[in-house]
Amino acid sequence: MDTIIQHNSGKVISADNLTKKFGHFTAVDHISFEVERGEIFGFLGANGAGKTTAMRMLCGLSIPSEGKGTVAGFDIEDQTELVKKNIGYMSQKFSLYNDLRVWENIELFGGIYGMTDKNIKEKTDELMEVLNFGNERNKLVGSLPLGFKQKLAFSVSIFHNPQVVFLDEPSGGVDPITRRQFWELIYDATSKGITVFVTTHYMDEAEYCNRVSIMVDGRIEALDSPKNLKKQFNAGSMDEVFQQLARKSTRKAD
Amino acid sequence: MYAIEVKNISKNYFSKESGKFAGIGERTESGVISDTSIPSGVGGISFDVDEGEIFGIIGPDGAGKTTIFRILTTLILPDKGSASVNGFDVVNEYKEIRNRVGYMPGRFSLYQDLTVEENLNFFATVFNTTIAENYELIKDIYQQIEPFKNRRAGKLSGGMKQKLALSCALIHKPSVLFLDEPTTGVDPVSRKEFWGMLKKLKVQGITILVSTPYMDEAGLCDRIGLIQNGQFLKIDTPENIIKQYENILWAVQSDSMYNLLKDLRENEMTRNCFAFGDKHHVSIDHPEFTVAGLNDYLLKKGHTHIEISEIEPTIEDCFMKLSQN
Repeated sequence: MDTIIQHNSGKVISADNLTKKFGHFTAVDHISFEVERGEIFGFLGANGAGKTTAMRMLCGLSIPSEGKGTVAGFDIEDQTELVKKNIGYMSQKFSLYNDLRVWENIELFGGIYGMTDKNIKEKTDELMEVLNFGNERNKLVGSLPLGFKQKLAFSVSIFHNPQVVFLDEPSGGVDPITRRQFWELIYDATSKGITVFVTTHYMDEAEYCNRVSIMVDGRIEALDSPKNLKKQFNAGSMDEVFQQLARKSTRKAD
Repeated sequence: MYAIEVKNISKNYFSKESGKFAGIGERTESGVISDTSIPSGVGGISFDVDEGEIFGIIGPDGAGKTTIFRILTTLILPDKGSASVNGFDVVNEYKEIRNRVGYMPGRFSLYQDLTVEENLNFFATVFNTTIAENYELIKDIYQQIEPFKNRRAGKLSGGMKQKLALSCALIHKPSVLFLDEPTTGVDPVSRKEFWGMLKKLKVQGITILVSTPYMDEAGLCDRIGLIQNGQFLKIDTPENIIKQYENILWAVQSDSMYNLLKDLRENEMTRNCFAFGDKHHVSIDHPEFTVAGLNDYLLKKGHTHIEISEIEPTIEDCFMKLSQN
């Protein structure tokens, strides 16, 4: 027997010449990259560089004009529903319901992803302990401080144990300590094998990623570990790397 | 005369949604301050801004930044305390203030259905002036969007909206400019550009009150107020705030940064430890503890390629320390 090809081997995301055109405008222009299991992959770019469009394609929300891609082992063009089942997603505008209680939100999202009641119950108990949410369990989500909401939104996005979670500027608005506690939750998720795909405007956070790609005018202009990128661009920080690359932009839309 | 003077201001909102205090200054259980309520240790907030100064209000969402802006631009009334802009009282002389200030709110508030030029013209007309009269002041900023002057504002990208909003806030040549989180959600390159524009406005003598959640923008202000939970933690120049940081601060690296964070926190000499980009910042309470001592400790924990250096704190270090006091 030949080696058994594992459905979900090392690569959790792959993009091969992924392209999205709106009329004459090419928002995402033939991007190719791969993300390994358990990696924190930083997806950077200036406003209007095409990050959100690329992310929507990877989440099965937008069909590519050209090129191919797989996420969690499923094709992002033909298997969008399977893609959605196997990923988590969190945006800056958390998708939690403010007028539901903490446990109700968890139950709702767990149920949507097809988890059993028993499983939801057990994992909720566990999560409340990890987050130190003993007193918050029965509170309305709307009444929680922003930092709590953010931690809960992230925890809910990985509650169904997806292979990969997409985080779209997840850490905006909170104080510096809460922002760091949030990143510790991200680290913790990767230690359990969840792959993290994250966009951010905080360049110090780019340093926390295993690898970082920088998009300029719809194309990926650089992709490597923060350490190698700094070496390659002879820069002291990721901010400098970003400034050097993003200044090349000729896209006048922004 | 100060361009802005704020004395002991409090403003409480009772947020129905969260059922608790929001706002600035003195807080009460009910969210309402009566004349007879006694300040319970936490009083109103005070600060002043000199003419021609760039003063930054820096803090997270919900700290009270927007409340301050709304009081000073005479959109809401304070519960307690007094404030003036260009010497005019925010309550009794609000019309004078409205004629003199420019305000760019955090949310894009121009007319989406009007074109770029129509928006600018509208604001010029409201203030009894013309685009031509003050063109010099906005030239550098407006020229960048002028090629799109017939485009509707709603169809502009984020960066262009920001430039249009700033042009509209400037078109009547205000003496004080209020910018509420102009760079939130904006990428680092555009943020830098925006601060470049503010420096140019300062040279023209315009006083600027600006708020931001990005601590790295603190150094671009003449003075800053660090704010959290409706109270200032500190008001001073960025340099002085950094000078007043008391602990020893080391930047530490090794091959395994996540384990390093845990190990550093376990060390009994550590006051606290947080990730800062590619390094961890460790503050140390004990002056007798040495870099060599920490190096030994980390070696024993199995770390490799350890690098430790004493560093000057950033504003973010200071904010974190002050907010934990």
